[in-house]
Amino acid sequence: MVTESVGIGNIMDVEDVKVKSRAQTSVDGIMPKLRIQHVSKSFQSKHGLTYVLEDINLEIQPGEFVCIVGPSGCGKTTLLNIVAGLEKADKGEIWANGSKVNGAGTDRVVIFQEAALFPWLSVVKNVEFGLKLKGIGSRERREMALEYLKMVHLSKFQHAHVHELSGGMKQRVAIARALAMNPEMLLMDEPFSALDAQTRWILHYELQNIWMKTKKTIMFITHNIREAVCLADRIILLSTTPGRIKCEFFVELPRPRDDNDVNVAEYSTRIMKELKSEINKVVKCEMDTDSCVECDIKCTTEEPAKTDIGGGI
Amino acid sequence: MSILKRVIFFALLVGLWELLYKCGIWPEYVLPSPVTVCKTLIRGFHDKTFLYGIAISMKRIAIGYGLSIITGIFLGLLIGRIRICEETLGTLVSGLQTLPTICWLPLSLLWFGLNDKAIIFLVYMGAVLSITIATESGVKSVPPLYVRAAKTMGAKGWKLYFEVIIPSSLPHIITGMKQGWAYAWRSLMAGELLIVGLGLGHLLMVGRELNDMSQVIAVMIVIIVIGIIVDRLFFIKVEQRIRERWGLAKG
Ligand SMILES: Nc1ncnc2c1ncn2[C@@H]1O[C@H](COP(=O)(O)OP(=O)(O)OP(=O)(O)O)[C@@H](O)[C@H]1O
Ligand SMILES: [Mg+2]
Repeated sequence: MVTESVGIGNIMDVEDVKVKSRAQTSVDGIMPKLRIQHVSKSFQSKHGLTYVLEDINLEIQPGEFVCIVGPSGCGKTTLLNIVAGLEKADKGEIWANGSKVNGAGTDRVVIFQEAALFPWLSVVKNVEFGLKLKGIGSRERREMALEYLKMVHLSKFQHAHVHELSGGMKQRVAIARALAMNPEMLLMDEPFSALDAQTRWILHYELQNIWMKTKKTIMFITHNIREAVCLADRIILLSTTPGRIKCEFFVELPRPRDDNDVNVAEYSTRIMKELKSEINKVVKCEMDTDSCVECDIKCTTEEPAKTDIGGGI
Repeated sequence: MSILKRVIFFALLVGLWELLYKCGIWPEYVLPSPVTVCKTLIRGFHDKTFLYGIAISMKRIAIGYGLSIITGIFLGLLIGRIRICEETLGTLVSGLQTLPTICWLPLSLLWFGLNDKAIIFLVYMGAVLSITIATESGVKSVPPLYVRAAKTMGAKGWKLYFEVIIPSSLPHIITGMKQGWAYAWRSLMAGELLIVGLGLGHLLMVGRELNDMSQVIAVMIVIIVIGIIVDRLFFIKVEQRIRERWGLAKG
């Protein structure tokens, strides 16, 4: 079996697998780390107003790992940017750590799809970037940076230049850079989607270990269901045009999980069924419109997600 | 190997020159021998007249060019980042850029008189616009992702400029500085030729006045060598290194 060869799979009892689907969660007593309240967002384009997000309500608890999935263009990135404070919602409020979000803040660090490392700085200086802005002294911040580089197994590359790193290494540096800020929350926007399967597999494993070690609250966006099941405590499924929360799933599998684990695969298929109806909706709605070129693009961007799920089961 | 080829080429060139001189077609004050020029060069450095000339020219270009770097980058940032500045200052800068630098000479003379300041002003005007325009295009090509990433890590205000926007536009800025240097160097020479007051350009004029062709050629060689040192050995190297580091070079 694949799980044995990769060495991190746990033999799991299928009885443990519980897929719950609840409409609303609110754990009383604990203040949520993040509260998204009635957030709506539209964009003005040439063709008029497009409603991207509509009345999004979501609470994320401290230490929770939440994945947001949904068809391409449903507004996942927009939602994350709003939470990060990089974009403003039309309506609604975001509360993070008990205070209202009003612009970007160091308590919510974003990891983007491309690593966004600064090429003029060496690897370790990149990790130090935010610490320097915080006003931490040079010796202390070097120590901290090295500690986080060690966590992503890149100590050896501390003096390397960014252009000398591979895509996966860059993304690991970006993770170290974000962790070094010691933020309350990590916001990750498809951070591994540009990587090959093996690298992604390694990073899933590393990220889970880091998460278990640091207990950070993580909001993770992906279009890959398998990835979401592998990583998340809870998966939020967004519907499209306009983006709404369609349903949510709780994943209760022991960690660290493996992409290729049977249970992960089984979970994925179930969630995929839900998502498929969404995708069909997207395809249908775009077939109806005249803009066939756009429809082609959207349909093709959807392909990888489908094949990803199909393979390996 | 390429160095060897160059050495051979230049040796042949000097040989040809000596040959032409030996033929005696032209009188000495039209075509001096390379040996005489060489002697003039040695004498010039020995009695320090060339050294003083170089020092004075360098001081002028250092001041004028230095000021143009500071203001050029500042203006470029303003134009590149602030809409209203782009629509006003930006238009002015691109308009002025079409004006050959030497056209500033009359204005410079009226403002500052026949002195150092007038030359420094010419140098300044020669370089500042190229640096401004290059900085502007650099600022505009800063990937928005860098700015967003920096913002989530707490970069705000002038820190955003110094930690992200300026370093990110450095490849453009350095190209602008290289071009600015070339313009500044040319306007310096023009200024020194036309405005009395020491410097390399002045030495050139002295050579003319004394009818001393060997001095004219010797000073020209000095000017060329300085140009090569700064442009080829400094700017091209720095530009290459920066482009490599920023991941822009393909090799
Ligand atoms: N700045 C903008 N101006 C106009 N429309 C925009 C803008 N940003 C996003 N949109 C639109 O909003 C919608 C949602 O975009 P968003 O990037 O959030 O999607 P996504 O869910 O992240 O998709 P993907 O999975 O492909 O990354 C898209 O239809 C897009 O065209
Ligand atoms: Mg996106």
